[in-house]
Amino acid sequence: MSALSLCNLTKTYANGITALKSIDLEVQEGDFFALLGPNGAGKTTAIGIVTSLVNKTSGKVRVFGHDIDTDLAAAKACLGVVPQEVNLNQWDNVHNCVLNQAGFYGLARKHARERTEIVLRELQLWDRRAETSRNLSGGMKRRLMIARALVHEPRLLILDEPTAGVDIEIRRSMWAFLRQINEQGTTIILTTHYLEEAENLCRHVGIIDAGQIVEHDRMSAVLRKLRQEIFVLSLADTVPSSLSLIGFDYQVVNEHEIEVEVHGDRNLNQLFEALSQAGVQVSSMRNKTNRLEELFMRLVDRRDKELTERIAEPEIRI
Amino acid sequence: MNFQRQMIALYTVARKEIVRILRIWLQTIVPPVITMTLYFIIFGNLIGRRIGEMGGFEYMQYMAPGLIMMSVITNSYGNVVSSFFAAKFQGHLQEMLVAPMKSYVIILGHVAGGIVRGLAVGAVVTVVALFFTKLEVQNPFIAISILVLTAIVFSLGGMINAIFARKFDDVAIIPSFVLGPLTYLGGVFYTTSLLPDFWAKVSAFNPILYMVNGFRYGMLGVSDIDIVTAYVIILAFVVLAFGTCFYLLSRGIGIRE
Repeated sequence: MSALSLCNLTKTYANGITALKSIDLEVQEGDFFALLGPNGAGKTTAIGIVTSLVNKTSGKVRVFGHDIDTDLAAAKACLGVVPQEVNLNQWDNVHNCVLNQAGFYGLARKHARERTEIVLRELQLWDRRAETSRNLSGGMKRRLMIARALVHEPRLLILDEPTAGVDIEIRRSMWAFLRQINEQGTTIILTTHYLEEAENLCRHVGIIDAGQIVEHDRMSAVLRKLRQEIFVLSLADTVPSSLSLIGFDYQVVNEHEIEVEVHGDRNLNQLFEALSQAGVQVSSMRNKTNRLEELFMRLVDRRDKELTERIAEPEIRI
Repeated sequence: MNFQRQMIALYTVARKEIVRILRIWLQTIVPPVITMTLYFIIFGNLIGRRIGEMGGFEYMQYMAPGLIMMSVITNSYGNVVSSFFAAKFQGHLQEMLVAPMKSYVIILGHVAGGIVRGLAVGAVVTVVALFFTKLEVQNPFIAISILVLTAIVFSLGGMINAIFARKFDDVAIIPSFVLGPLTYLGGVFYTTSLLPDFWAKVSAFNPILYMVNGFRYGMLGVSDIDIVTAYVIILAFVVLAFGTCFYLLSRGIGIRE
């Protein structure tokens, strides 16, 4: 079943800016989906429309089959939202922030209290329940917003840059938690600027740029489209002056490191064979850039170039 | 979400609003009481003694229902406008907007907060008034119903103000430039029979005149306005203000992009 379906979704703001240009997007139930794009690409507008915080100009939005035009309450009941900006009531304590949200979704008081305790414990905030939200650290505020979004057990959780400004330790614990709730059946849509996060967590990806979907596929399929990767190799000894790696281009970074380009028609076994033949011992290896980041930059750059060329084309007059 | 769940949501919004009033009672309850006490001392006790009788009552007695009504009006309005605008400004209004709550639930929850604060301050001001004058309630049903209906009208008015407000100045403009003058010219301190014909007719366009006189009728049994007319006018404002709020929230005007 489709958890989220966007069909010809268009949004033009009052100032004339078209943030979404007739986009189509499907997210299947149980998926962990990454919605990526540069700043101003239209990600937050799309999420805003799905969560009814932004009015659409045209198109259809269905959440688990519920059309937001005709069955908005049912669609909303399926959704949990963690917005990009911290939007907690800063005078409320942690417990009430979550408990009130449960009430807004119509959970009876007793059940709401039970669910509040469960989500606060899961997100390690139970001990801080009496504190006002403004006294929490940035990471705790993010976790509180996730707890708030999960209190009514939504079938679809939308996270708009949930780990922005969060340190790596908390980010990794949030990843583990998100994986866990996804495995338990919650469909998750994630927007993030940390492409490593998307690559690690998500099974499908949609890349949006200038209000249009430019890529929409399985994460593995998208990554396969990247025909070239650059690896940084640290060598056990200094780089030989007459190093020759047949079939591979490389650059010397410093006396102990080289960067090697591996194109789609070659593989790592072949690279290591070439290194062995050259008598080079490798002590460690890493990607120069995150693979998804590389692809993302190429897609966005390509669109920018196309746009620039189109603008630069001389107007033809007859 | 079925009706029962909507009622749970309504209870949650109302409870949240009432908890807010109690949490910041030094800002919500105490200042209006101090202001009204000063009115009683200065206008009632010091100046009122020189005025003598008005409408057949000693001036302090005549003025007390007006001051109680004035505190209900300003506090029910102020509660909703500040709470709703703060929620909009800080972004936590989104908590309610993303939930499957009906628009009427959001409205009624906030109105409940406005009524509670309006009546709480009104009750404390009544107690203060008893230190200065004797108050007998001629018709408790009329007095209370007019108070509640007035609190509803101004809670809804505060919400409309907050929906359109984009900055804090917008929240202060209406109380300062509209609500204040209308209240002072709404028969709080005088009977319209003292006014020249022209100004008495102009006063008839001031809705607060009907509220103040309706309440005064319930308290003292005297009024410049026919009580049925007062009810009709106030109820008309309730319907008009609720309809406006409902339309604005349902269309997302001022709260959705």
